Amino acid sequence: MTATATSARSDLSELGRSETALRTFLHGLPGVDQVGAEQRAAQLGTRSIKTTAKAQAIDLAIRMVDLTTLEGADTPGKVRALAAKALRPDPADPSCPHVGAVCVYPAMVPHVAEVLRGSGVHLASVATAFPSGQAPLEVKLADTRAAVAAGADEIDMVINRGAFLAGRYQEVYDEIVATKQACGDAHLKVILETGELATYDNVRRASWLAMLAGGDFIKTSTGKVPVAATLPVTLVMLEAVRDFRAATGRQVGVKPAGGIKTTKDAIKYLVMVNETVGGDWLDPDWFRFGASSLLNDLLMQRTKLTTGVYSGPDYFTLD
Amino acid sequence: MSERVAVRKTYKLFIGGKFPRSESGRSYLVQDSNVSLASRKDARDAVVAARAAVKGWAGATAYNRGQILYRVAEMLEGRREQFVALGVPADEVDAAIDRWVWYAGWSDKLPQVYGGANPVAGPYFNLSAPEPTGVVAVVAPASPALLGLVSVIAPAIVTGNTVVVAASPTQPLAAVTLAEVLATSDLPGGVVNILTGALTETVPTLAAHMDVNAIDLTGVGDAALAADLEVRAAENLKRVLRPAPADHDWHADPGVTRMTTLLETKTVWHPKGV
Amino acid sequence: MIFEYAPAPESRAIVDLRPSYGLFIDGEFVAGEDLHKTVNPATEEVLAEVVWAGGAEVDRAVRAARTAYEKVWGPMPGRDRAKYLFRIARLVQERSRELAVLESLDNGKPIRESRDVDLPLVAAHFFYYAGWADKLSHAGFGPDPKPLGVAAQVIPWNFPLLMLAWKIAPALAAGNTVVLKPAETTPLTALLFAEICQQADLPAGVVNIVTGAGDTGRALVEHPGVDKVAFTGSTEVGKAIARSVAGTRKKVTLELGGKAANIVFDDAPVDQAVEGIVNGIFFNQGHVCCAGSRLLVQESVAEQVLESLKRRMALLRVGDPLDKNTDIGAINSAEQLARIRELSDAGAAEGAQRWSPPCELPERGFWFAPTIFTGVTQAHRVAREEIFGPVLSVLTFRTPAEAVEKANNTPYGLSAGIWTDKGSRILWMADRLRAGVVWANTFNKFDPTSPFGGYKESGYGREGGRHGLEGYLDV
Repeated sequence: MTATATSARSDLSELGRSETALRTFLHGLPGVDQVGAEQRAAQLGTRSIKTTAKAQAIDLAIRMVDLTTLEGADTPGKVRALAAKALRPDPADPSCPHVGAVCVYPAMVPHVAEVLRGSGVHLASVATAFPSGQAPLEVKLADTRAAVAAGADEIDMVINRGAFLAGRYQEVYDEIVATKQACGDAHLKVILETGELATYDNVRRASWLAMLAGGDFIKTSTGKVPVAATLPVTLVMLEAVRDFRAATGRQVGVKPAGGIKTTKDAIKYLVMVNETVGGDWLDPDWFRFGASSLLNDLLMQRTKLTTGVYSGPDYFTLD
Repeated sequence: MSERVAVRKTYKLFIGGKFPRSESGRSYLVQDSNVSLASRKDARDAVVAARAAVKGWAGATAYNRGQILYRVAEMLEGRREQFVALGVPADEVDAAIDRWVWYAGWSDKLPQVYGGANPVAGPYFNLSAPEPTGVVAVVAPASPALLGLVSVIAPAIVTGNTVVVAASPTQPLAAVTLAEVLATSDLPGGVVNILTGALTETVPTLAAHMDVNAIDLTGVGDAALAADLEVRAAENLKRVLRPAPADHDWHADPGVTRMTTLLETKTVWHPKGV
Repeated sequence: MIFEYAPAPESRAIVDLRPSYGLFIDGEFVAGEDLHKTVNPATEEVLAEVVWAGGAEVDRAVRAARTAYEKVWGPMPGRDRAKYLFRIARLVQERSRELAVLESLDNGKPIRESRDVDLPLVAAHFFYYAGWADKLSHAGFGPDPKPLGVAAQVIPWNFPLLMLAWKIAPALAAGNTVVLKPAETTPLTALLFAEICQQADLPAGVVNIVTGAGDTGRALVEHPGVDKVAFTGSTEVGKAIARSVAGTRKKVTLELGGKAANIVFDDAPVDQAVEGIVNGIFFNQGHVCCAGSRLLVQESVAEQVLESLKRRMALLRVGDPLDKNTDIGAINSAEQLARIRELSDAGAAEGAQRWSPPCELPERGFWFAPTIFTGVTQAHRVAREEIFGPVLSVLTFRTPAEAVEKANNTPYGLSAGIWTDKGSRILWMADRLRAGVVWANTFNKFDPTSPFGGYKESGYGREGGRHGLEGYLDV
């Protein structure tokens, strides 16, 4: 609980100038007690969201989905179909909202861009040698510029976890700053890969580091390591964006990604957003789900609410 | 050659490591000696001394307390004949010495036997440990004068309590002499305070005293007085050891109840996480 | 956007309430004369009528317990006593939702707590002590420790069924029989528990439940036929009991009041600390003897912690106890509500600053908004007296030694909390706090294996764990 929350706004912009200043600041952040954080997340998970609240939550969750495919086997045909689904998730129901964004590899960006152009659905591309980030900085920046040039308006970068865990915060910071510059007008989501950071203290520090360096969003995971988004990790990140806004006035978005498969899961996240950072973040501009199979479950639950009967996977598209 | 004129001893109170006379200036004739007749104010002064000694004594390591209790046994051994001369049977003195040795060994074992980890159903470290309750008022048994006295003092102090003892009114000399042993045994002043005189004068004050945490009524023979003292003790919920039966065998294995009744169990929880 | 949770009420259809209940004596429900209504504190709706037992009825219950002790339960091998207790544990699990709903109806506590905290702990307690029944010779109380006989048990209204479990499970495991008196405002789950005893085929007279108020409790505690008195409740009544047993053979354990300090250092894991503060004082509407009712926060972070606390308090959902999303339910009785109001008004009158989040309270029933007082000193009544409601007094400190001094500056000594990331400081503090339970970086955690009970005027004896057997054995 150091001076973080009360520091004058101008102070924080200076932190990136020295390794020592960054380290002092990040290590001065309040600790996170693992058991307490997990209990709070579990307790929020017991909220019972029914009827009107559930309908509201499902539509919001659909609007927050970053419909994602990040496979070696992705093809133009595959990603075009996905983009089409993003625009009209439930062809049978025109009242169903479109998703927040489509998220693909840089090479697939042009194919998706054709479909999404002018739709209001954002186009996100992973970049910076996703998912490991183990490439020279110049390569990562070129990766980023290429994706933006091809039409991506959101970039999902990975941080250098090796450097972070080794305590080379300046290096991680500088990479994020450089990537942000390479993004131009595109929004930058910074993937912390929380499954590799091992502790919530690290998640809190990495969150602040990403925000200090200019990230527009902080995102949990690549989906390529065994542990992806969890409720407690997202809780810690939500607390970080809340405290960061209190300290700097700048609002940063949060994106849990990977492992969120059911409507029930998604609603737990929305409850957590509601009770941790409040309504300001209950918007696709400030909270996203990185997911693929989640969308169909949301659609099935949505149909159940409108028709009163449980639907089945045969009634929703597989793309 | 004339017989040497002996130097007689004045039997005084033992408070805060010192040997004052009763502030009331009174004494009473017992066992052919003038012994201080403690007043309510002496009882109050003794509680103040006992309270002042709690921090240091309870905060001492168990090893240190054990060493000091063993030191008491050593000192008592050296004064064996002195107690015999006071009329204490030799086997009782031996038993009293052995009792100090027995209790000395408990100091660093009772917390292990009486405390420990609790396997709670959650990600927590959870440990219970006994702690001294604080200041204990003790009514020593009228007899046996030495073994009875040692058998009530040692279990109270070995765990870190301090005591104010009302000594046997009829056989106080052993108590005052024991005080001299304690005063030369590295026992910090105030850990044991000994009052001589009438129980009816000092004990009701101790029983009602709000800065006394427990009372041991072992030596109260009168059932009505014991009940009255227990009622007084209820005012601040003192822990109570009730009177011992008249036929209590002071030579038998004492067990641990005398110690555990004067202990609090503290349980500490902490999450286990990274 | 505003995300409003629609009502999510737990169905009360699962509870089959009878219009009136008798006393449970010698295995049967016995009708009585002196009928009194028990109400739902959230609505003031009458739930049922129960008997307030008089001296003759208490006497009958004690005799039944004595007979059962001498003829059946005392001579029964421990392994068979164990099986009855295991059976009870299972029945509680099987009927847990029914018991949880009834507890929330009669007590006013949120279903989230009765369902997720009270009932699991009740079952766990019976399960834990069941296992001791045939292992007493290994419990460290000598080779063959004996039960005491008939236990008179008087429990409070804040955790009606859980306190019943804390009392009955160890008593029966050790081989005693019991006469238990639930609180007058919350008798119903104990009576449902009596049905469970019947369902378990527990021998008649082993458990007797006599409902009633203070006079019934006094008759029970003072009955010459009881060997053991176990009481959980106010310090005032605890002292009266300690006086009443003076000069008798009765062994006594007392779990009484508290005014716990919850101490937050400047290096605390602050988000968890705020949760801990909230859980410490608003859990069960603050009707908790070990509630962290005095927040001691290090001056250097007091402002930040209070800001976070207020933000968090604004999210507390006060209302229908049966709504699964309710965080704070109803105050248990009009009488308790009056006491909370009286002390809170005194806090304001003595100059402390009072704050509650905006919160709409239902019109009927007994309600009190979560409240904090800042600018409190040790001299204020709200810092000294147990309020037993959702009211937190906030004080500050500068050094660890000052925190210890303030924390211990009370006649109570039940519990304490410490929040800091520094391990050695936790242990230093824990050594010095005069309290029976110290929660470090957590608060209000309970477990059947973990001894619970106070120092000083918070009572004596421990419940839970191996220690909890001692109060029911002749040692």
